[in-house]
Amino acid sequence: MKYAMVIDTLKCVGCSDCVVACQTENKVPVGYCRDWVTESVNGSYPQLNLELKSERCNQCDNAPCVRCCPTGASHKAEGGIILVTADECIGCGACIASCPYDARFQHPDGYVDKCTFCAHRLKEGQLPACVSVCPTKCMYFGDIEDPTSKVSHLLKSRKYKVLAPEAGTKPNVYYLI
Amino acid sequence: MQEELFISGRNIPKIDPSLEVWHFPISLYLFLGGMAAGIIFFASLFTILGKENKVQTAIKPAMIIVLFALSIGLIALFYDLTHKLYVWRLYTTIRVESPMSWGAWVLLFVTVASFLWVFSYFSELFPKWSIKTGWLKSFERYLINHRKQLAIILLPLSIILGIYTGILLSAFNARPLWNNAILGPLFLVSGLSTGAACIILFSRDHIERKLFSKIDLALIIIELALIAHMLMGMYAGSAVQLEALDILIRGEYTVMFFVFVIILGLIFPALLESIELLGFKVPVVIPALLILIGGLLFRMVMIEAGQLTRYLY
Repeated sequence: MKYAMVIDTLKCVGCSDCVVACQTENKVPVGYCRDWVTESVNGSYPQLNLELKSERCNQCDNAPCVRCCPTGASHKAEGGIILVTADECIGCGACIASCPYDARFQHPDGYVDKCTFCAHRLKEGQLPACVSVCPTKCMYFGDIEDPTSKVSHLLKSRKYKVLAPEAGTKPNVYYLI
Repeated sequence: MQEELFISGRNIPKIDPSLEVWHFPISLYLFLGGMAAGIIFFASLFTILGKENKVQTAIKPAMIIVLFALSIGLIALFYDLTHKLYVWRLYTTIRVESPMSWGAWVLLFVTVASFLWVFSYFSELFPKWSIKTGWLKSFERYLINHRKQLAIILLPLSIILGIYTGILLSAFNARPLWNNAILGPLFLVSGLSTGAACIILFSRDHIERKLFSKIDLALIIIELALIAHMLMGMYAGSAVQLEALDILIRGEYTVMFFVFVIILGLIFPALLESIELLGFKVPVVIPALLILIGGLLFRMVMIEAGQLTRYLY
């Protein structure tokens, strides 16, 4: 089993509900966030294209943060989710420097923190907080190794991209374009 | 033409717009660690070769400086950790994939072995403070008899200590300026060069100073070649590496890199050392200090500028 998130950039309106839901669910300290929304305008006038994207830790298959962690605090958990054990993290910052997505931050308590795909909710059979609140239903979550899952179906039927594929991290957050 | 007009909406003060987790303490540690590695390398090499008498400064007073350098470096590293109470976790795991993990272990062994080394010279260095305790005395005698074995252990450890600081950075492919394979050898050579400069600075023996001036000159030439290699490698690299190169050759770190690191920290002291070797009188302190300052600035530039380089998507 491998968890993946698929986000439809054509449906996202950039409301940042996912960001607020995450901050509430995960008690993210004020001034930090585990997910965020980017807006980018591409093209040349008058052919412009606005793209909105909800971004977070990509739970990479080839995760540089796990590789460089000196204590094993950053580790791969069930379903390919990358977690940080707070009591094992020394706050050296190596994982922050190694992430091409800048998805990690130093929690005011010292340890490094980031998106967990709401692993605690998954255990109870719930969806990640961001996915469950999305008003336009542009976010999908599921097992990418199950060919019958919604995420597998979407990736088979639609065009998609991942962020910075050239970094070689094999991300598990996909953007439908 | 595809043109990205703007990106906005991301608001993480501690991460964007530029990621900077490592500051001066890390640059200082990389410098002190490299310099210590250099001194240990020369002290153990000459001991193995049986030429201790020719390099008295390198094997005695300079090794005391190593203890200070390693201790200050370790304090700087500890200071930079944000979750300090869990630092012991470094030594409950060995993670071969993580350069920081094996670097921490090497640092531990090098520090312990360097303390033992200095202890073996305790009576020679501090003749007034004779060791009175019986078991300490026999321990000192044991170490004196095993100096060569200690040198055989320290020589490879010093090379690993010197090279790991570069490998540590080059392992971060998310930071294109660091992500080149030459950084390990470059940091090693720079560390050896600053180690030699430190020995020159403290040596009172003309023959020893001359020997290390020659060694340092050769190391500076190798270092300059490796820097050229690094820049050419980035010039032939991908878009992100070209952007990283821009920071060094026409960006905010250009003056610091070319004027202070390359010209004042490498080329100028190399010229002074050449003039001195030709027989002209040059105060030995000047090239040695320039090399040391250049070595520290080099690490500062690499740490600070490296964190400005990233994948833009």
